[in-house]
Amino acid sequence: MITVHNLTKKYNTNTVLNIGHLEIPKGQSFGLVGNNGAGKTTLFSLLLDLIQPSSGHIINNEVQVDQSEEWKPFTSAFIDESFLIGYLTPEEYFYFIGELRGRNKADVDTLLANYADFFHGEILGQKKYLRDLSKGNQKKVGIVASFIGNPEVVILDEPFANLDPTTQIRLKGIIKDLAAKEGVTVLVSSHDLIHVTEVCERIVVLNKGEVVKDIHTSAETLKELEAFFAGSSYQPQ
Amino acid sequence: MFKHFLGLQWKSFYRSASFKTEIWFKILMALGALYFIAVFLGLGFGAYFMIDEAGWGDPLRVVNRFMVYYLTFDLVFRYMLQKMPVTNIKPLLYLPFKKSQVVNFSLGKTVVSFFNWSHAFFFIPFSVVLLTKDYPFAQVVGWHLAMMAIIYCNNFINVMVNNKDAIFYIFAGVIIMAGVSQYYEWFDITLYAQPIFDYFYDMPWTAIVPWALLLVLYFSAFGYFKKHMYLDGGLAKKHTEVRTENLDWLNRFGNLGTFLKNDIKLIKRNKRSRTAVLTGFFFIFYGLLFFTGAIEAYDGPFWKIFAGIFVTGGFLFSFGQYVPSWDSSYYPLMMSQNIKYREYLSSKWYLIIIATVISTILATFYVYFGWEAYAAVLVGAIYNIGINSYLVLWGGAYVKTPIELTSNKKAFGDKQAFNAKTLLLTLPKLLLPMVIYAIGHFLISPLAGYLFVAAFGLMGFVFKERAFKMIEGIYKKEKYKTLLAYKQK
Repeated sequence: MITVHNLTKKYNTNTVLNIGHLEIPKGQSFGLVGNNGAGKTTLFSLLLDLIQPSSGHIINNEVQVDQSEEWKPFTSAFIDESFLIGYLTPEEYFYFIGELRGRNKADVDTLLANYADFFHGEILGQKKYLRDLSKGNQKKVGIVASFIGNPEVVILDEPFANLDPTTQIRLKGIIKDLAAKEGVTVLVSSHDLIHVTEVCERIVVLNKGEVVKDIHTSAETLKELEAFFAGSSYQPQ
Repeated sequence: MFKHFLGLQWKSFYRSASFKTEIWFKILMALGALYFIAVFLGLGFGAYFMIDEAGWGDPLRVVNRFMVYYLTFDLVFRYMLQKMPVTNIKPLLYLPFKKSQVVNFSLGKTVVSFFNWSHAFFFIPFSVVLLTKDYPFAQVVGWHLAMMAIIYCNNFINVMVNNKDAIFYIFAGVIIMAGVSQYYEWFDITLYAQPIFDYFYDMPWTAIVPWALLLVLYFSAFGYFKKHMYLDGGLAKKHTEVRTENLDWLNRFGNLGTFLKNDIKLIKRNKRSRTAVLTGFFFIFYGLLFFTGAIEAYDGPFWKIFAGIFVTGGFLFSFGQYVPSWDSSYYPLMMSQNIKYREYLSSKWYLIIIATVISTILATFYVYFGWEAYAAVLVGAIYNIGINSYLVLWGGAYVKTPIELTSNKKAFGDKQAFNAKTLLLTLPKLLLPMVIYAIGHFLISPLAGYLFVAAFGLMGFVFKERAFKMIEGIYKKEKYKTLLAYKQK
């Protein structure tokens, strides 16, 4: 589904991302972990053509993302609050995204009904603008909005951060289902090793912009990751 | 302690993103400030002689008479432009400062604001002139001190009523009514206000009253802020209950409707955009200066075209030239969603066109000033729709400062509107139509001038596709730079 070719991103002489080759097959739940500054958000921004690669490129379903906009109809994402429109109510925002993705109100309502649990009665019908919701609730809106319109690729940056425990557990279920039942390629980044190992079939560790581990998740994965991160913090620069 | 505050202040000023602006823009700003200072100084020195020459009576009394308007306009300007001191208080709350110190510092900061000391350029020279004209020293000083206190009273009134829109609109309404009734001689507020200001001169000791008032205002502002310095109090954002709006009637426009719906909500629900629309509305009346012959310098024939462009283009200039910055806070969303640039741009274009048409209809009253006035308005509208609508969108591609929708900060004369490219683009927006008209006017007749300009505007319609293609290309090219710039709040 997604192929990364010799991708680098440099700011002046500082290389923040350097990935020779990375292939993510369709329907995989893909986890990206790494410390701050490892390049997770940079990779996601490149996937969404929000920044330009210094060299190399990304192919998303046969579309080269920095050349054509054809990847947009089947790709959706929630990176941060700049993906929300603060002066809309959650409903208006969902309908807006729905219209952009060719879904009418009824379609969107049907989809939202599935997430009533996830919203926990704090999102719909609150008579508030998005900018007035709490950070956690804003995040819920952004995440669910990225599921509108049956995307084939869903990109979520740090989806677990800021969420309450109940919601984290629900979100894990949702992400697993998306990949397993609907064949959606889900890309998730996180600082929480437990969550990613639970949700993702495959975990890639980025360190200073490079892929240092590429693991097919198994019972030992969490231990392996913990050992890596415990060790890496003591590594000399 | 105070040193710390000053240090923070200096850093926030020196390190702010907007400080690193182009050098020649700083020069332009400085020139602008100098211009205003010069105007104030000119008035300060000249007012006495002008009034004296015009034979309206004792210059001081005349100034006193209109002082009530001077002060209310000052208050209105402050309300719209002066920044409030509450910003940046939050990180100080839990630090070991005494609350009263923080409040005193914040209020003290407003005292040294441009909005206060700029008045000195009028009052000091005016008072000096009075003294040289043998007005009694003690009385002039009394008057001068009273005025100073009143200007500062305005400062603290503004601090307290800021963000209370209801009060502001009622106040503005009353002033407009007062102005209108004065013009038609129904009721003259100045007759009742003048004695108050005269007292300060006639009985200089009464200057104590405004100073006492100032103290009261300062302490009430102090108390107000101290009491409200909690995250869920004065520092909290206001929440109002809102409802979901459908605007389904716009659905017939397909994808375009989707964006139009959003833009309408954008305008309705954000302070900054509402201000822009309001400014655009007031532009409709700008033409009165030209067509009533109120200002002699504007009597030249091609100034009529200038007026026509502004009367119908208020929205185009106040809102249009900030496209796409209105969407700056969620630009990454727009760029990664299933959106074609063309559709995004056309929706903004249609919005500008609709607003221009509405302005043109509202401006029908210019017929009263003769066919030429209305022809100028109509022709201006055609030129705005045909040519200027593209030019503002084009210029917008280079405007890269994010807009904070919920605050009115920098709503006027922001530096983002001025960079070399956008400035160059104003030439064809304003000067070109004037030149075209002048050619027609002087070679053939005024009518020909109007027809020339209209023809130019109509040509814009023909080239719509090409123009859009070009603008789209520029937006695409600037996309990454724009995204990066919008990230830097």
